[in-house]
Amino acid sequence: MTALIRRFGLGLSALIIALPVFWIVMMIVLPELVMIDFAFRPNLLPAEIGGPKDVYTLGNFQTLVENTIHRAIFLKTIWASAFVTLVTLVVCYPIAYHLAQGTKPERTGFLILLLIIPFWINEILRTFAWFIILAYNGPLNALLSGLGLIDRPIRFLNGNFGVIIGMVYAYILFMVFPLYNSMESLDRNQIEAARDLGASAWRIHRRIVIPHAKPGIATGCIFTFMLAAGSYAVPALLGSPQSRWFTEIIYNWFFEGGNWNQGAAYAIVLLALCLGFILLMLRVFRVNLGDIAK
Amino acid sequence: MSQNVELDRVVMRFGAVTAVREVSLEVRGGEFFSFLGPSGCGKTTLLRLIGGFIDPTEGEIRIGGRDMRGIGPNRRPTAMIFQNLALFPLMPVWENIAFGLEVRGVPKSERRRRAEELLELIALPGYADKQVAELSGGQRQRVAIARALAVEPQVLLLDEPLSALDLKLRQHMRAELRALQKRTGVTFIYITHDQGEALAMSDRVGVMSQGVLQQVGRPEELYDTPLTPFVASFVGENNRFAGRVREAANGHATIETEAGIFRGRNVGRLSAGERALLFVRPERLQVANGGAVENRLTAPVSHRTFEGAFIYLVADVPGSRPVTVQLANTGAVPVSEPGGEITLGFAAEDAVILADQGEG
Ligand SMILES: Nc1ncnc2c1ncn2[C@@H]1O[C@H](COP(=O)(O)OP(=O)(O)OP(=O)(O)O)[C@@H](O)[C@H]1O
Ligand SMILES: [Mg+2]
Repeated sequence: MTALIRRFGLGLSALIIALPVFWIVMMIVLPELVMIDFAFRPNLLPAEIGGPKDVYTLGNFQTLVENTIHRAIFLKTIWASAFVTLVTLVVCYPIAYHLAQGTKPERTGFLILLLIIPFWINEILRTFAWFIILAYNGPLNALLSGLGLIDRPIRFLNGNFGVIIGMVYAYILFMVFPLYNSMESLDRNQIEAARDLGASAWRIHRRIVIPHAKPGIATGCIFTFMLAAGSYAVPALLGSPQSRWFTEIIYNWFFEGGNWNQGAAYAIVLLALCLGFILLMLRVFRVNLGDIAK
Repeated sequence: MSQNVELDRVVMRFGAVTAVREVSLEVRGGEFFSFLGPSGCGKTTLLRLIGGFIDPTEGEIRIGGRDMRGIGPNRRPTAMIFQNLALFPLMPVWENIAFGLEVRGVPKSERRRRAEELLELIALPGYADKQVAELSGGQRQRVAIARALAVEPQVLLLDEPLSALDLKLRQHMRAELRALQKRTGVTFIYITHDQGEALAMSDRVGVMSQGVLQQVGRPEELYDTPLTPFVASFVGENNRFAGRVREAANGHATIETEAGIFRGRNVGRLSAGERALLFVRPERLQVANGGAVENRLTAPVSHRTFEGAFIYLVADVPGSRPVTVQLANTGAVPVSEPGGEITLGFAAEDAVILADQGEG
């Protein structure tokens, strides 16, 4: 602090500190506080606000516990997001390893570019592309029946399948880059030394690569899980009424049910879920926030 | 107990770069063999070829008589110690050492016991549960050696393992490595660009330059009878005179240089008229005070360096590179101040005559 003042003078230092503080308070802290406040109050008519009924209550949270459909969708969102995270990890691990250790540096840049290019397109449009690919009369079904693998087209967009595919695709980069970053710093000689001592590829990954890449794996999983649990576009486009996502229910409370208090409570439950997942990952991978920030 | 390693016309090309050119040699079982050469001459490549990390473009590598082509590093009887050691930083010392045993399915208690035995061997008892980051450079060095020895290799490959250590520790580790090699009887193939290290430790040394194996021999042979100008100037200090052979007979030759006519051992087997280089070591030159020395030259002294046990004089010989003389400080050294003339002499037996291939 004093160093800052010495360097920039009092006025400029105050500005440098005030701007981010203002940003954090106005854009993050205040909205969250308002949300929390909303969540613990009942949904009242405008005339009743400030009246005797306007007290703090857990009623909004109780709705989630009691409404079996909402509860089922909430639990489905948890396991489906966890499943999306797992599939994304399995898909991205070999990609990241190949980029970090398997190719010459000149080619790495090119391959990364190939990975990024699709993401220059808006997420909705990308998801829509999958909608077309997976459609009942779409190219994937045409291909599969053309190859003689199926006699009748499959309804991919009927259940959770389309949603999971769409999410894995949407979040690939959020998994690949943390993994790549953490794997890239692994000294290649360590891999060769392990091989020289007789280790199989599987053991090299289990004992050398994965322990080294742990912070990256944790970061990638946290990103992917939070994005998946909080995703709205992908389930809305690729899901069906039977495969609703928790975010869709929150949306409905806010914009169709007009019950902001109920929506805020659900949103807070989702936020708590994500925080819980972060803590779980940190525990599972035995890393701390400092490692992840890297 | 230990196996030999044969290289048969081994060539290694990386695209347009030829890192190893037609190298043939046999490293005997139980031998301490060093490859010596300047940076980038292909030493690491040669070691990686033997270790099985890469297969040669041409030629054959045999270990214990068996052709090794297509056999990966995990299935060769070799263990490598990397230039940067490549210890596993996330495992404690004992797991590092026992990694090769873990791979082989040895039960944990047995692994631990072996690791502790090896820690005993490398004089680090009680370090089993330390983290790699807690060790000093020399200790890491020794752990890397123990890790390689744990798998009981027939051939240990060492890639400049001492280069990161300071001088004192390096000298200490040289002696330890040598003793360890004697004790275990394992074939050591050692890489270094430090000629003192190679000469001091090895049974035999192979000198490399730009992918070519120039000469293989015992340290004394390399020093006393270099076969190529590269070896003559790379191994130890040497003075060099360029000229033409006047006459050659009985293993000796006389060459005519701008600095004079000198006689020396005709190591390069040259005949009259050929272009030749004559090499003579600074310590084989003497100040000739009218004594009966075969070869002599007179030149002005340009520098004089006093180093306690030795005194170095540099003389500007016309038509030649400056000549360095190393004189033992026996108290009888004549005072030759820069500017004064000096007459130097050397015996024909101390001079080596080689073909001038026109490089350098
Ligand atoms: N994988 C590779 N691809 C392309 N060229 C390579 C490869 N490995 C080595 N080379 C080239 O081969 C030559 C010899 O390299 P090498 O690493 O064997 O040298 P070195 O003698 O070990 O040098 P240093 O003492 O610096 O370690 C160099 O010109 C190097 O650029
Ligand atoms: Mg090298």
